[in-house]
Formats: sequence, C-alpha cells, structure tokens
Amino acid sequence: MPPSAPASGTSRGRVLVVDDDAALAEMLGIVLRREGYDPAFVSDGARAVATFQQLRPDLVLLDLMLPGRNGLQICADIRTQSSVPIVMLTAKTDTIDVVQGLEAGADDYVTKPFKPVELVARVRAQLRRGDTGQAESLSIGDVQIDVPAHQVTRDGAPIALTPLEFDLLVALARKPRQVFTRELLLEQVWGYRHAADTRLVNVHVQRLRAKVERDPEKPEVVLTVRGVGYKAGPP
Amino acid sequence: MRRERRSSRGLRGPVSTTIGPPVVDRGPQPDDGSSPPPSRRRPVQLGRGVRRRVRRARRRALVRTGRGARRVVHAWRASLQLRVGAITMLVAAVVVVIVSMVLFTQIRGQLLDVKQQAAVDQSLAGVVYAQTEVSGIATGDSASVRSTLSRTVEGLQRLGGAAGDFDVVMVYRSGEDERPAVSRRGVEPALPADLRAQVTGGAQAYRYARVPDLRGEPVPSLIVGAPVPTDPGGGDSVEVYFAFPLDQEQANLAGIRSTVAITSAVLVLFVAGIGVLVTRLVVDPVRRAAGSAQRLAEGHLEERLAVRGEDDLARLATSFNAMAEGLQQQITQLEALSRLQQRFTSDVSHELRTPLTTVQMAAAVLHDARGEFDPAVARSAELLQAELNRFEALLTDLLEISRYDAGAATLEPEPQELSPLVQRVVTGMASLAERHGCALLVSLPPRSVIAEVDGRRVERVLRNLVGNAIEHGRGEPVEITLAASRSAAAITVRDHGVGLTSEDAQHVFDRFWRADPSRVRTVGGSGLGLSISLEDARLHGGWLQVWGLPGEGAQFRLTLPLVAGSELTSSPLPLRPPMLSRGQA
Repeated sequence: MPPSAPASGTSRGRVLVVDDDAALAEMLGIVLRREGYDPAFVSDGARAVATFQQLRPDLVLLDLMLPGRNGLQICADIRTQSSVPIVMLTAKTDTIDVVQGLEAGADDYVTKPFKPVELVARVRAQLRRGDTGQAESLSIGDVQIDVPAHQVTRDGAPIALTPLEFDLLVALARKPRQVFTRELLLEQVWGYRHAADTRLVNVHVQRLRAKVERDPEKPEVVLTVRGVGYKAGPP
Repeated sequence: MRRERRSSRGLRGPVSTTIGPPVVDRGPQPDDGSSPPPSRRRPVQLGRGVRRRVRRARRRALVRTGRGARRVVHAWRASLQLRVGAITMLVAAVVVVIVSMVLFTQIRGQLLDVKQQAAVDQSLAGVVYAQTEVSGIATGDSASVRSTLSRTVEGLQRLGGAAGDFDVVMVYRSGEDERPAVSRRGVEPALPADLRAQVTGGAQAYRYARVPDLRGEPVPSLIVGAPVPTDPGGGDSVEVYFAFPLDQEQANLAGIRSTVAITSAVLVLFVAGIGVLVTRLVVDPVRRAAGSAQRLAEGHLEERLAVRGEDDLARLATSFNAMAEGLQQQITQLEALSRLQQRFTSDVSHELRTPLTTVQMAAAVLHDARGEFDPAVARSAELLQAELNRFEALLTDLLEISRYDAGAATLEPEPQELSPLVQRVVTGMASLAERHGCALLVSLPPRSVIAEVDGRRVERVLRNLVGNAIEHGRGEPVEITLAASRSAAAITVRDHGVGLTSEDAQHVFDRFWRADPSRVRTVGGSGLGLSISLEDARLHGGWLQVWGLPGEGAQFRLTLPLVAGSELTSSPLPLRPPMLSRGQA
C-alpha cells in the first residue's frame, strides 16, 4: 500500500503503521482515517526505519511480530533517532514480550485483539502529550524542569527525555507531596480511564530513572513508596 | 510481664543467698496460667528454680552424651565399611582368643608333663640312693642322724639329674620328733602340709607350690616327696622331698604367651583389615552408584556409571545406566512436548489474534454505522459484535489456561495495597451489577493491607468471583469482604443466590462446568473463569475455596500470603459465613 498523502489540512496527525498483515493494516487505516488521522503504511520491517525517516510521522503503530526485522529492534532504532510516541501492537500478553517492548522504548501497547475505541484512545493519549504547557518551572532535587520548553536540565546540562518520560516527571513534580499510585499515573500520564497494566508505569519509571538519577540504584528524584507507588524527591 | 517481675524478685529474695544464685528462667512455663498470686509462692518458686537448674544441667549432660551417642549411632548406620570392619574384628578377636587360649593351655600342659615325668624319675632314683645312704643310720644318735642326712642331701644334690636344678629336704622322723636336713634354708617351711601328710602316710606324691628362691622370692616349683624305706620294724622313718623350681618353664611360658598375644593381635587386625578392604571393593562402586543416582535425581540427566568387568557391580552399573538412559529420554521427550505446547500456544495466540483483531475492528465499524442499515442488517451487526466479544473472551481464557498447562505462567509479585485493588474491581463491575439490579456491598479493614501479589491476576480472580456472584445472585446483594492477619490476606465474595450443593461445590472449578446447563448465560463467561482463578490463586501459593448451601447462596474465599512464597497456614476469614443473616428470602 503506498503511503497516502494527507487527506486534508485538518489532519490530526500522521500515523505510521508498521504491520505485515495487509488486512489488519488496511483496517487500521480505515479506523484511523475515520478518526481524522493520516495513516501511512509499511509492511516490511527492513524498510520501516527508512520510511520513518522519510515520513517523520507524529506517531508509530508498530506490530512486534514482523518478517524481516524484529519489531523490538525497529522500536529501539527509532527511539535512538527520535522521541516520537511509539505504540506497540502485540499478540502476546506474556510479561516478557510486553516488558521487552517497553524497555526497547515503546510508550504504550495495545494487545490484539483490540477494539477501535481502545486503539484510538491510545493514539489520542499519546498525541495529546505536551499540549498542557503553561509557563512554569519545576525542580526535583538538582533536576530543573522547564515545562513550556520541554527542557530538563541538571546543573545546566540538558537531559533528553521522551515526551512520555517528560510528562511522567512533570506529573510527579507538580505535586511534590503527593504519592502517586500506579493507577493514578496510568490515568494522568497514559490517559487510561480504567485500570491497565501497571508494568507500563514500572518500566517507564525505570527508564526515567536511568536518565535523571545520578545513581538509579539509589533514586533521589523518583522515589518508590513501598506498596503504594511513586513520589517526587525533595525539591 | 508477670514472669519478669517474679524473676527480679527472685534475685532479691532472702532465700536465694542460701541456695545459691537463682536461676532466671525465661523459658515458657505452661503451669503459670492458673497459678495463685506470686507473693505466696515465692519460696516454693526458688526451690523450683534450683531444682529446675539441676534438672536442666542433667538434661544438658544427657543431651551431650546423647549427642555423642547419636553421632556414633549415625556413623554406625551410615557406613557399611565401619560396620563390616567392626564385626569382622569382633568375630576374629573371639576366635583368636579361644584358639590361643587352647593352644597356650596345651603347651603349658605338655611342658609341665615333661618336667613332672623327669622329676618323678629323678626322685625315684634319689630315693634309691638315699635308701642306701641311710640304711645304716644310728637311730638313737642325733648327731649321726644329722650328719648322715646332710651327707645324703649333698650326695643327692651332687647326683643331679635330667630335671634340672633342685633343692632337697630330708626329714628324719622319730615318733613326734622331726629332724630336717636341707640343701637350702627356707625350702622346708614351704612344703605343703597335705603333701607331707601323704608322704608320712607312706605314699609318693607331688604338688605344685611356691618355694622361696635364693633371694627369698617365691618361685612356682614342683615338689616331689617320697618316703625312704628304712629298716622295717623301727618307729623311725625318713622322707625325702625334691623341689624343682619351674622358673625356666615359667619364663618359657611367658615368652610363648606374649608371642601368642602379639600374633593374635596382628591376626585380628589383619582379618579386620581384609574385611574393610573387601567391603571397600564392594562399597566403593555402590557409593559411586548412589552418588550418580543422587546427581541424576538433581537433574543431571547425562550422569552415567563406568562399567568395569562382568561382575555383579558391572551389572548394577549397566542397569543403572539403562535406567538413566530411559529417564533422560522420557524427560527430554516431555520437555520437548512442553516446549511444543508453549510454542503452539504462542503461535495460536499470534495467528488467531491478528485476524480476530481485523474482524473485530471491522465489526466495530459496522456496528457504529448500524443506524444507516435496514433493521435485519443492523441486528446482524450487533450480533456479530456481541459474539465476537464472547469469542475473544473464550480465546483469551483458552490461551491463559493452556499457558498454565504448559507451565509457562509466571508470578510477578509486587507489594501493593489490596483495598484499592478491591475498590477498582468493584467499580469495574458496577455497571454489570446495576444491570442485574444487585448491590455490591464492600467491607474493607480500617488499616491498609499490603501484600506481595501479582495485581493483574488477583484482579482477574476478583472480577471472576464478583461477576460469578452477580450472575448467580438473583439480584440479592453481593458482599465483598477483605481482611488480613499477620501473614495472610483473605477476600470473600458472598452471594445470596440459588447456592451450591456439596456436589456442585466439588465441580465449580472444573473447566467448562455449569451448575445448571439449562440456565441462560448472561455474563457470557467462557466456563474457564473459575479454573483460571484457581490456577491464579495456586500460583500465588494461595487458596481459592468455595462454600455453598442450596437456597442460601455461596461464598468464595481467596486467601493469599502477604509475603510472596511463604506458606499459608490459616485464613483471616472463615470460609463458611458466620451467620446466615439473609436466609432464603
């Protein structure tokens, strides 16, 4: 299927669908188009990264089981080049696969079989990221967060975070005294209404810690509250 | 509390100084529960303390010896080699001791026999000589008698004989009057009285007795006594005694004895050594086999024994290897099957899910647009959507249970609060409860309950239980209760529906089992929900149990350990509702 041009100027964002199943890809296209997105397709894993570089989509829908190249590898490759939101499509609910995908850099995942509503909710939540910028500056420990500029610095040195990691950090920093349960974070950061997989939170907190903590083994920015969830470290 | 107080009083108590340092006992005292106030019992208490100390010291000593004895017993039971060695040594020692005793007795007997024969012969010769010497003795003249006797004694000594050195005693007896003549002092008093009596009576006799030697040391000797015939008719008589010292024989016997003893000891050790050696030859391969079997049991399936020769041990090794081979094959085969099953599960998962996703999305699009269709097509779209949901639920459950069957399910415990978890499930089930016109009554403990659980699985169990209760609850309220003890948390889900017979209760966790096959399905469960819940509970090391009474409803109880991996001993909530508050309405 050739990459389709933007249908109109009112597109809500370009979505690159990386999937080898033609029927599913087409169906995804139909659903996305109905919701006002501009889908583009690539069915061959080997060409996925090249297509990504060419099209610069606003979001990637990535099937983890692809011929040619492993979906995890593609995910990791895209993540090295861009902080674009990545939503995995996975047929496996086994922990290892989901966690591996998240660790490879995916922001969220949808388990097959999913309904259009679920998919659209995930896509919408990821694309909405970063819209809520007000002029505010936050800090946790020695980490400074400039919210409108999407900049995180420590001692003046910038720390590169994906939009999701940024939102996670901002959510914690805005209410420094509150302990966030995983469910609350899922709702605030990922946009889940009902309970979802709390591993999303765990994996991304680990990724975030790997970037912002001096020693991820002894976190000072994102603290664990045993049995409850997470909270920001002292400012 | 009270025990401590009492102990400190005991330290200050006046009696304690006389008895010695009191014993402060912190051990359990089972008889304290019903004891009268402590003040009245103080002296008794101290006495008991001392007695207890003594008892404890005795027990400690017993324990110590017991421990040593136990170690010996253990070594005895554990080592075949030790056992065989010890038994061989014991048996060999008994045999050797008996044999050497017999041998020694015989040697001694023969030695003495020879000596005795020689002594008797010599004394007979001596008597003949003495007879000629004393034949002309002047009986009245004591000086002549003495000189004759002395001469005869000297002559006898000079004569010597085959039986070696000896001493001579001659006694001249005239009525009650005795005149001895001796070759050496000290010999005469050592003559046994009964021997003398016998000789006086006119018989030749011999005895063994101890006679002092030159240094006065008593030496075992053979004493032969005989009357010397004199002129008949006279009232006088002469006796002659020969004392043959047996020191030479004694020295010989001592030498033989020590030789026999040393030989015996060497023999015993040698036999025991052979026993141990032979056992070792047998035991070593058996030990190797035991070690191999143990390693095999630990999972080293490639473990084999070396086969040497064609004896019994070689046969043992061969059969062991055959068994190991069989085991390895079986296990490898089973592992391959299990892998195949897991692989199959995974493949089915992917292969079925992708088209199902497409179909479901298509159905959803049709469903959304059903307003534009004519009624039959619109209804078809609705049915398609609804049945696809059921299909998906069934597929999910099937895959889940097959994952359990393949042993591929893993627990991801994480400490979390259970109250919010219960609340989430209840919130999620609210719309279903509303549709059934049934209230969900939640009762949570005031304090937070944190347990190391796999939240996804626990939520799934609860959703199943609550959904089940709503479906079978006939619109009566469903009660969900959470409680915790120090080691476990329990959640009960109680409905007041048709209830369960005990027959039903045995089957509720069976796959695809339905209490009443004719009943309408409303929740649209797959029939696997409770089976999966049971597996989920088991994976946590927890319990999922059911109580039911026809007409009274049913109660499911999920009990989980607070610390993942710890053993459950009891549940904080009863399985059976304490009172049937809402009986058959």
